[in-house]
Amino acid sequence: MAFLSQFFAVYGSLVNFIGINALLALSLYVTLSAGQLSLGNAAFAGIGAYTAGILTMRFHMPYAISVAAGAGLAAVIALLIGLPVLRIRGIFLAMATLAFGEVVRIAAVNLDITGGAQGLVGIPNKTTTCTIYGVLAATAYFLAVLRGSKVGWSLAAIREDETAAMALGINTARYKTLAFVLGAFIAGIAGAIYAHLNFIITPGEFGFSAAVQLLIYNIVGGMQSVYGPMLGAFILTALPEVLRGVSLSAGPLRLGINGVILLLVILYLPNGLISFLKGPNRVSRI
Amino acid sequence: MSVLVQQLINGFFIGSVYGLFAIGYTLVFGVLDILNLAHAAVFTLGGLTALWLVATGGLSIWVAFPLAVLFSGALGLLLDRIAFAPLRRRAASNLSGLISSIAMAIIFESAALGIFGARTVRFPQGLLVNRVWHFESVTVTSLQVEIVLSALVLMLALTACLRYTRTGKAIRAVAESERTARLLGINVDGVIAVTFFVSSALGGAAGILYGLYFDALAPDMGRSIELKGLAVIILGGMGSIPGAILGGIAFGLSEVLTVALTGTSNLRDAVAFSVLLVILILRPTGLLGRGRVREA
Repeated sequence: MAFLSQFFAVYGSLVNFIGINALLALSLYVTLSAGQLSLGNAAFAGIGAYTAGILTMRFHMPYAISVAAGAGLAAVIALLIGLPVLRIRGIFLAMATLAFGEVVRIAAVNLDITGGAQGLVGIPNKTTTCTIYGVLAATAYFLAVLRGSKVGWSLAAIREDETAAMALGINTARYKTLAFVLGAFIAGIAGAIYAHLNFIITPGEFGFSAAVQLLIYNIVGGMQSVYGPMLGAFILTALPEVLRGVSLSAGPLRLGINGVILLLVILYLPNGLISFLKGPNRVSRI
Repeated sequence: MSVLVQQLINGFFIGSVYGLFAIGYTLVFGVLDILNLAHAAVFTLGGLTALWLVATGGLSIWVAFPLAVLFSGALGLLLDRIAFAPLRRRAASNLSGLISSIAMAIIFESAALGIFGARTVRFPQGLLVNRVWHFESVTVTSLQVEIVLSALVLMLALTACLRYTRTGKAIRAVAESERTARLLGINVDGVIAVTFFVSSALGGAAGILYGLYFDALAPDMGRSIELKGLAVIILGGMGSIPGAILGGIAFGLSEVLTVALTGTSNLRDAVAFSVLLVILILRPTGLLGRGRVREA
């Protein structure tokens, strides 16, 4: 017990960040499981974080309502943006969502209510490790069930071949929007929880690099199951601490190691690190 | 009025640098259908290398410029060999290429950080004789003229090469259909390597000109131009070189006009990216793009 409490005193915040990053990775996993590469999920997390933070600070809303409202607003905006944007595919979709993410980030920098470039400061700390991992477990369970359902198979069909899926009578527009909105909802929850963990949120945290980071979690971990993205988030969030442990704390080198891991995985392990645990499987299309 | 003219001129100069940078993106996309996100890191390394040659090597900028451009081109070859060639052999999807280019961007950026440090650095004073011309109340510096001339010369040279030389024709053939080009006896891997060399050399040149124009170089200077470059090629049409040039200038003008009209610089990028989003939704092929939408 003494060991556990000491571990938490040292690594508590790392454990929390792993949980939140895993949740964010799962938010992109939903969208990717329909074959849609979105670079907007960091922005949806930002919408959730700012909405929840503002509701708690300005309007003294209870924690649960703030988080739900943050996630809800992210989902509504995803629905509005998704209807026109999901008609475009592949790299063009990635860039459209990227442009959307930049517009959100710039809005957060320029609005008064979001605290501008300094960010929103003084959000009460209401998130506990239990909340984070409870939400993560519920989300992972839900996504695992979804994967085996009719919806999950439809999403997989769209990912493999959208035209063929359409020919099978799958309403591709509806399922793609569903995956996009669900991803935004989960990202919104993660952002809202994060806001109540960190005391301060700034627009820069939800920009392009964050969006790319979520993609990296999914690729490094693998997208064959819900465990892959969580594994990727775990490894890449914990890695800096591990490297610090072996006295490799130099910034550039640590960044470089991230890049090398990503490169090795995409070149030699297209199904991600999870394929070590699950044995060879069919090759993923992404 | 003269303030507006001055702003338009400044927008034109910075826009020509954006255009030069975006050509590199669009060239690789046109040939391989891959979005090379390491392009911005090459841009940064090109600028920093030129600075290093001038500041530490004691070379004149006129010698350092071509050397740094060649070095950037070599980085492009490296990029192709490490990140893209193995994926081509596996016939992986284009998104794998996007991700391996992100990995190379991280590696290049960490190399820039490790070698040059995180500080913002400047070219030494008095590197170029900077004359200033006044027309009425509008000011143009010789640096601006040199930048726009270098950018235009490089763009024209590239266009001419693609149109008239044998290699240029081979590049266009591969862009049209890799398989047909191979059947016609074209060395496809060689053509792709040349494409990466040219694309990265232009990206490095843009980095040097950008560094000279703003007189500030830092390992993360590629970040902002990376997104602007994407906006430019979408505006101009993916794979279209005249589109990239016009898109770059249009983007530069839109930036300064937003600042001039709103009076603050805060909304500069918001307008640009909103325009981008609307163009993607209404006309995904861009203003000068090819007819069909490519699928990734």
